[in-house]
Formats: sequence, structure tokens, C-alpha cells
Amino acid sequence: MPESVLFWIMGPLAVVAAVGMLLVKKAVHSALLLAWVMVTLAIFYIAQGALFLGIVQVVVYTGAVMMLFLFILMLVGVDAADSLTETIRGLRPIAITAAIGFGGLMVSLISRATLGRESVGLDQVNAAGNVEGLAYLLFSTYVFPFEVVSALLITAAMGAMVLAHHQREVPRSSQRDLSEQRFRSGSLATAAGLPGPGVFARHNAVDVPALLPDGTAAPASISETLRTRGDMIDSAQFQLDQINTEVKDEK
Amino acid sequence: MNPTNYLYVSALLFTIGAIGVVVRRNAIVVFMCIELMLNAANLSFVTFARINGNLDGQVVAFFTMVVAACEVVVGLAIIVTIYRSRRSASVDDASLLKR
Repeated sequence: MPESVLFWIMGPLAVVAAVGMLLVKKAVHSALLLAWVMVTLAIFYIAQGALFLGIVQVVVYTGAVMMLFLFILMLVGVDAADSLTETIRGLRPIAITAAIGFGGLMVSLISRATLGRESVGLDQVNAAGNVEGLAYLLFSTYVFPFEVVSALLITAAMGAMVLAHHQREVPRSSQRDLSEQRFRSGSLATAAGLPGPGVFARHNAVDVPALLPDGTAAPASISETLRTRGDMIDSAQFQLDQINTEVKDEK
Repeated sequence: MNPTNYLYVSALLFTIGAIGVVVRRNAIVVFMCIELMLNAANLSFVTFARINGNLDGQVVAFFTMVVAACEVVVGLAIIVTIYRSRRSASVDDASLLKR
């Protein structure tokens, strides 16, 4: 009975989170919802007597894999790829129709298939402990796949290193080269470097563009990432005449 | 409780993942949907291990996790490489073969 309570609470939550993964706009939110689905699955594993897999699910998936996803999201940044507009016309209705067909097929298949006997349960094989049982299988029947998988892991690590390795084709330009380049580029406006963010003596956060002498904001003064994300704060509110500068009398 | 219920959840999660792979455009989200499909398959394996009363299904699920981890490592490295050369993580932009 406690298991069915657990299932009917966590199961719908998992499915709702998975649907939400498709609907939310930002990739970070998708990643968080997926992490939730994975935690739910870990709970399901533990409820079904797969204690070891449940722990591994939390450690490997929600710990390592989702961490890696968030890390790559941070590297790649937030860009227009997040938009939900469809580029191939009619793709979405076709995809959803096909998915409903596939899902309906699967569900009806599962509901119609019978095993002809009651489910056995893992009480007997888990009698000596789930980890012991898995270890026995892993190092006897499945010892060769186990070795192959270890080779696969090493190959994947090597592959990732090869792919991520970046050979510099031109030598890194020194500070002197960069300075000369700025002066020779024609415009002297940025010769001394781009302006820094913040309104002098008023607000120095990185998302507040600097004010030019004529009082307009200088968008070049804040990071491009913040600009694309739209996280720029209007700096006009920090202009001197906008702020109440009356000093209260202190007695 | 009848363990078949877990199979329904697994089928639903797999279907949702499949929709995501087709519909979403951000390569990372597509990749996460593939992970969802792998996880759904794992849930099936664990459930069948319970129905049949042996641990082989759990061992297969364990191997799937290892393979998924490898896949994530290589796949994300590819995404980063593509992003480095094209400045985009959208699957629509990597369409050189189309032209």
C-alpha cells in the first residue's frame, strides 16, 4: 500500500515535469525539471528493490550528468536557440500526432500483454543484499560486457578531450599588439578601451550602463551577454538630477 | 501494487522525450530529451527485473547508465565544438548538408 501511494504521487509529478521540460522556454529550467524527473526515477528504483541503481541514479545522473549539462549551458550561454517557434512548417502537429500514436500503442500494448503469472518480486534475489547480488552477476555472467564498458568509458574520456582541445592557429596577441591594433583601426573612440559599467558615484553594478557626457546611456560599457539577455538596467534613474539630493539636516 | 504501472510511466516518459527531440531546437535541450528517453528505458528494465524476479534487468540498466554517461560526455563536447565554430547551439543552424 505505501508503494502505491508513493507511485500515485511521484508518477504524475514525473510526467508533469517531463511535459514541462518541453514547454518551458529557457534551457536552464528544462535542466532543472529533468533533474526532478531523474530524482523521481531514483525513488522509483529504490521502491522497486533496486537500491544500488537508485543511489547510482542520484549520484551519476542528478549529480554528474545534470551538473555537466548546467556547466555546458553556462559555457554556451543563452541565445536565440531557446525560442519555441517552429522553423519547419507543420512539424509540431505531425510530431505530436506521431507521439500520441506511439504512446497510445505502447500503453495499449502494456495493458493488453499478460505475463500469465503474478510478478515475482525481488525478495528472494535480494535476500543477500541488492549490491551483493548485482556484484555477483556483474563479475560472473556479465564480466566481459563490464570490461568492454570500461574501455568505452576511457575512449569517451579521450574523445571528449580531443574534441574540446583547441589548437591556437595564430599566436596569442600581446597587450602591445592589441594596443597598436586599436590605434590603427581608424576610430580613436575606443583607443583607450571600452568604458566601464556603472554610473559614477551612484551605482556601480555591472548591469548598469555608464552615462555619456550628454546623459545618454553607453550600451558598449556592459557585457554583451547581459545585453542579449536583456538584463540591462536603465541608468537614467541614477542621473544626478533624477535623484533627490537634498541633504537632511542632522541634529 | 501492480508493477505494470511503472511501465506506463516509462512509456509516457519515453514518448515525451521523443517529442522533445523532434520539437525543440536548442541542441542541449534535445540532448536532455535523449537522456529522458534513456532513463525511461532504464525504468522499464528495473520494473521487468522485479516482475521476473532476477537481477539481470538491473545489470542492463546499470550498463545503460554507463553508456549514457559516455554519450553525455562526447555529445556535450561535440555541442561545445559546434558552438565554438558557429556561435550557435541551435540544431537548425547546423544544416551544411542541406545545401
